[in-house]
Amino acid sequence: MDLGKLEKIDENSWRIPQTGAMRVPGVLYGSEALIRAMDDKVHEQLSNVATLPGIVEAAYAMPDAHWGYGFPIGGVAAFDPEQGGIISAGGVGFDISCGVRTLHTGLTPREIIDRQKDLADALFHRIPAGLGSTGAIHLNDAEMDAMLRGGAAWALERGYGVPEDLAHIEENGRMSGADTEQVSALAKKRQRDEMGTLGSGNHYLEVQRVTEIFDETLAAAFGIRLDDIKVSIHCGSRGLGHQIGSEYLKRMAQAAASHGIELPDRELACAPINSDLGQSYLGAMRAGINCALANRQILTHLARGVFGDLFPHARLDLLYDVSHNTCKLEEHRVNGEKRMLHVHRKGATRAFGPGHPALPEPLRPHGQPVLIGGTMGTASYILAGTEEGMTRAWGSACHGAGRSMSRHQATRDYTGRQVQDELAARGILVRSPTQRGIAEEAPGAYKDVADVVWAAHHARLARLVCKVEPMVVIKG
Amino acid sequence: MHQAAHWEHFEHVADMGVRGFGPTPAEAFSQAALAMTATICEPDSINPRTAVPFELEDDDLDYLLLDWLNALVYEMATRRMLFGRFEVAIEDGQLRATAWGEPVDVARHQPAVEVKGATLTELSVQQIGDQWVAQCVIDV
Repeated sequence: MDLGKLEKIDENSWRIPQTGAMRVPGVLYGSEALIRAMDDKVHEQLSNVATLPGIVEAAYAMPDAHWGYGFPIGGVAAFDPEQGGIISAGGVGFDISCGVRTLHTGLTPREIIDRQKDLADALFHRIPAGLGSTGAIHLNDAEMDAMLRGGAAWALERGYGVPEDLAHIEENGRMSGADTEQVSALAKKRQRDEMGTLGSGNHYLEVQRVTEIFDETLAAAFGIRLDDIKVSIHCGSRGLGHQIGSEYLKRMAQAAASHGIELPDRELACAPINSDLGQSYLGAMRAGINCALANRQILTHLARGVFGDLFPHARLDLLYDVSHNTCKLEEHRVNGEKRMLHVHRKGATRAFGPGHPALPEPLRPHGQPVLIGGTMGTASYILAGTEEGMTRAWGSACHGAGRSMSRHQATRDYTGRQVQDELAARGILVRSPTQRGIAEEAPGAYKDVADVVWAAHHARLARLVCKVEPMVVIKG
Repeated sequence: MHQAAHWEHFEHVADMGVRGFGPTPAEAFSQAALAMTATICEPDSINPRTAVPFELEDDDLDYLLLDWLNALVYEMATRRMLFGRFEVAIEDGQLRATAWGEPVDVARHQPAVEVKGATLTELSVQQIGDQWVAQCVIDV
């Protein structure tokens, strides 16, 4: 991105001045190097988001922002329904409530190394991953609706999990306001056999080792010590979310003119929050959030089963579960005044600061755990939400590394076998049904996630707590 | 000289752009579908043994392309199939098509990604010279 088009606010924040149809400025967070390397399309898309009705304060881009559809990936924007604010299917993304959850295990690296191959094989055997895979759970119509209303709480009632899990999931595991009537029969049919499946692409289950602590106090508060073994799961709302996203994107694009909304580009398809279509999408999208929460809950249950077989003393307690493709109604302070805003986070993680009432009691004084997935060959990071982040970007931070290379280029530069062998030589066992999938997800095809999380840290969006490195990777 | 129908991918860092070329919109749609399959696996690896019919309607060719690709995504997901051959006819906003394929065989097809849906980004169907070009970014 051309820095000449930006005003520098400080070392890690940059402003796109409000011009033309923009109702507010754009603000990008990141080091000069990250912003310079950022796609020009982020500038264009962020400027376009800033033109949408009812947007409050600014359109924000996280340090890992890149070209998306409509909103940039790594985009955050809040809208006030009282000011004609909109909701956008492209501002949430197709994989509604895609996110990451991290579990403690109580195990040591030595225990994992001794049984690493058995663990990798057992997880790969038990966790349905990749295109065309199906789960063991098949939902009838009534159960589908119950799942869409109940989220992880529904999964728990069906025996997948322990009651303590729920407090460690956003919305206590159940997004309220889900309206199953607004989810099409096609979307439900697409989900029928996909509960408890990982999906493909960049989704994964990893067994990880804590290799560096940056903040001892926060780490202790989160129950993290050096050399701990953690399990992280990255996936979303599967076919149901994808179908909801596809259907509403078109409906919103076609209805925009009838709502009096002038779109600079039809990919920004949106509807007023206070319209039938806006409310309909909100109800469907919230059902999609519950689907993702239920899905990660079932996958957790499957992982617990595998660990229980191999390590009977392991305890997979949930550290936290974050979602990074959502639109949520939240209370925020705007010029000292409390307002209820619909905050879109597309490829951005909620990162509520210390004291926020949405956080469970033991974590509340410290801020929300912010779980950032890296690549299968590098590292992932855990951060904590900050007080300043609440005002700098509505309590939001980055979500991952972001690709630096297209999938096409990755298959030209890497083979799956080569990537798998190189990682195995470094003690990382990768299991996937597809070699091409591994090649496309080669660590070299991604930006350095360390740059992204340090930028989020320096921009005071979240504080770095620790680094974890993979030992076992299950890829879809 | 008339260029033969063909397809290509265009670069989009996170996702993938699919573009079909042909002498008619219908042929360009068919090639765009092939380009979408190629984001998942080698189209030639798919045995065209089962036919699935499609009927869609939209007066706007752009939205018809969006619906076509999304209908294929839906059938791939719910039937757990991959499609490698397409025949498309378009008349007065009515699309009638057949896609041929087979159930996913992970070992043989080596599917790399699962297509989530077609997006409005870079969506267009237009005639350039004597060629029709149908394209959009798909979320993978």
